[in-house]
Amino acid sequence: MTEPTTILDTKATIVAGAAGPTRTFGPLTRQMFVRYSGASGDLNPMHYDDTMARAAGNPSVFSQGMHQAALLAAYATDWLGAENVRRFAVRFREQVWPDDVLTCTGTVTEVEELDGGARRVRVELTCTRQTGGVAISGSADFLLGPEAGS
Amino acid sequence: MTAATPEPAPLGAVGAPFEVLIERGKIREFAAAMQSESEAYQGPEAIIPPTFLTTATQWAPPGARVNVGFDRKRLLHGEQEYVFHGPLPRVGDVLIAQERMAERFSKPGKRGGDMHFAVVVTEFRSPAGELVAEAHGTFIQTAPKNPTPEEAPRD
Repeated sequence: MTEPTTILDTKATIVAGAAGPTRTFGPLTRQMFVRYSGASGDLNPMHYDDTMARAAGNPSVFSQGMHQAALLAAYATDWLGAENVRRFAVRFREQVWPDDVLTCTGTVTEVEELDGGARRVRVELTCTRQTGGVAISGSADFLLGPEAGS
Repeated sequence: MTAATPEPAPLGAVGAPFEVLIERGKIREFAAAMQSESEAYQGPEAIIPPTFLTTATQWAPPGARVNVGFDRKRLLHGEQEYVFHGPLPRVGDVLIAQERMAERFSKPGKRGGDMHFAVVVTEFRSPAGELVAEAHGTFIQTAPKNPTPEEAPRD
């Protein structure tokens, strides 16, 4: 009854306080915003029409907050396993612009041992712009199976 | 009451339930947009990425959405959360989605006036009624830049 595992971690590396890998996305392009618009169905023109974005007082189009959330989700699920996620939450903080480079990081904040050897792991997640400003922060829960995997 | 603004949904108001079909091509498209190369999002057994259920509202029929009733010019998406109560939905699953106005509250803005908050919860259930996933969206209407006469400080 084992499911395919995607996990590279062992019990030793998933402990409270442990840092995850670092992943960068970008420089971000308008094409990435458009791709997310189509994929998500969020057709707000502020994210692909410079004329309308400027008319609304912005220097240019900007990335959807949910686009950054999706990138942070890619980071988190590549780290701890797509099958294992049970909660994913983000708070939107700072706008993200074309040519920005985003850096995603994570830290294990809590490991709960469950019956049968499974663990519920809580992580804090941050998506930071090249300026040092935090674009979005978040947290997630993952349910890791007894054999260091899914 | 302004004629142009639709009636804001009161606390506890629910939208009409609507069907969400989990489709392979949509997951693949979403995974490309999130720049994930995970095998879990590919093929006939693909599962959904954590924020994928945002796509559900794309096909929400009239009457399915609950209206926060905020001024679009002052509307911010503050927070978003997804909770999965078991294994992730996968290709071929049918979910029944329903929105609910779960919370409303206000806080004083930093420069005067009030900030208004609304939390919309969307439940995703199996056809048998089992709660599979939830989305929690927090929306904010920022305080007006020029306070309205009622909110302007009196000298």
